[in-house]
Amino acid sequence: MNINITLFIQGLVFFAVAWLVMKFGWPLIIAAIEERQKKIAEGLAAADRAKAELARADDKAAEEIKAARVKAVEILDKAQQQAQQTVDQAKTVAISEGNRQLAAARSEIDSLSVRAKETLRKQVAALAIAGAEKILKREIDATTHKVLLDQLASEI
Amino acid sequence: MTTEPSAPESMTDYIKHHLKHLSDYNIGHHDPGFMDVHWDSVLFKFAIALLFVFVFLRVARRATSGVPGKLQCAIEMIVEFVDGLVKETFHGHSKLIAPLAITIFGLVLLMNFMDMLPVDLLPWAAGATGVPYLRVVATADPNTTFGMSITVFLLIQYFGINHKGVGLFFGEFLTAPFHAEKTVMKVALAPANLLLRLIEEAVRPLSLALRLFGNMYAGELIFVLIAVMTLGAQLGSVSTWLLGPAQFVAGFAWTVFHILIITLQAFIFMTLTIVYLSIAAEHH
Repeated sequence: MNINITLFIQGLVFFAVAWLVMKFGWPLIIAAIEERQKKIAEGLAAADRAKAELARADDKAAEEIKAARVKAVEILDKAQQQAQQTVDQAKTVAISEGNRQLAAARSEIDSLSVRAKETLRKQVAALAIAGAEKILKREIDATTHKVLLDQLASEI
Repeated sequence: MTTEPSAPESMTDYIKHHLKHLSDYNIGHHDPGFMDVHWDSVLFKFAIALLFVFVFLRVARRATSGVPGKLQCAIEMIVEFVDGLVKETFHGHSKLIAPLAITIFGLVLLMNFMDMLPVDLLPWAAGATGVPYLRVVATADPNTTFGMSITVFLLIQYFGINHKGVGLFFGEFLTAPFHAEKTVMKVALAPANLLLRLIEEAVRPLSLALRLFGNMYAGELIFVLIAVMTLGAQLGSVSTWLLGPAQFVAGFAWTVFHILIITLQAFIFMTLTIVYLSIAAEHH
């Protein structure tokens, strides 16, 4: 076991290697490791967030579907009501219109029959006067016997 | 299996040959004294350092925070392990400790791992190209382990001064571990404190270096001894047939066990360095 200058050479080589590792090796590797750790942590956090978000979205979707269903039922009810209303309205309108037309027809019939009777009466009276004129020739004056003639006409 | 069939060697020569470094002294027949260099230790340490730096920096430069490749995954596993260890031990913020720790772990582990190669393989290959001696396990050379532990020692001092400031750092030489309230007692305790502190500081690099060196040297020696079992074996002799299987079993068992030692020693060197640096930063 002899100690000699080899000792310094070995020590220097060792120191040089340690220096190189400290300067150019270790920091890069540690940086890479730490960055990867950060990335993994971020990835895990993002996954958790996404999961929570998904759950929230699911809840929201379910809620919306429920609301939509309720609204659909509401709309259906309203539509049915409206249809019923429309039908009822149309029915009443039609009935009243029918009644109105019936009444109008009746009144027209009445007035027509009154007018026809009147005309007929006048014609009968004129006919009676003409007949009486023909029979009596001049004895009967239309103006002097007018009251008589009118009475006759109303009696027919 | 373990010997060149040419010249029958004696067991002592074989072992001695295996324990000689490729140094100026061993090649040159003159004594350069302290200026001697163990070229094999230097070469293997340098090659391993180059490999380590190349792989580590390449991975670091291409490190992606996205999906990592298999090599990046492997390196990141070690990096995270070391980082966790440092964060557990040292509660401050330091750019130095963790990279230093992983460098120690990587280099010591790789250098130790050269022990897994068959003990005669590389020396034989070197011998074939005219290199007389070769020891492949750089950590079985105290120069390597002391080189590292003394570097660590200096870094501990630098780290302590950096974290505490010069005044407190040198003040603690005299005031810790024995604290006193009165000035008289402080003065009285100062020599004891200084002595303890000096011993404490000196023991750290010593124990770091000797522990690693001792383990690896012993491990290597046992591989050599296992290899000796069939030294100069001949197909005709009975002992070859008895020792051959025994050598296989022993070699296998020791190799498996040595994997544990290799990793453990690298881990211990790293952990103690982290602990020493943390202590240096703490206030007493």
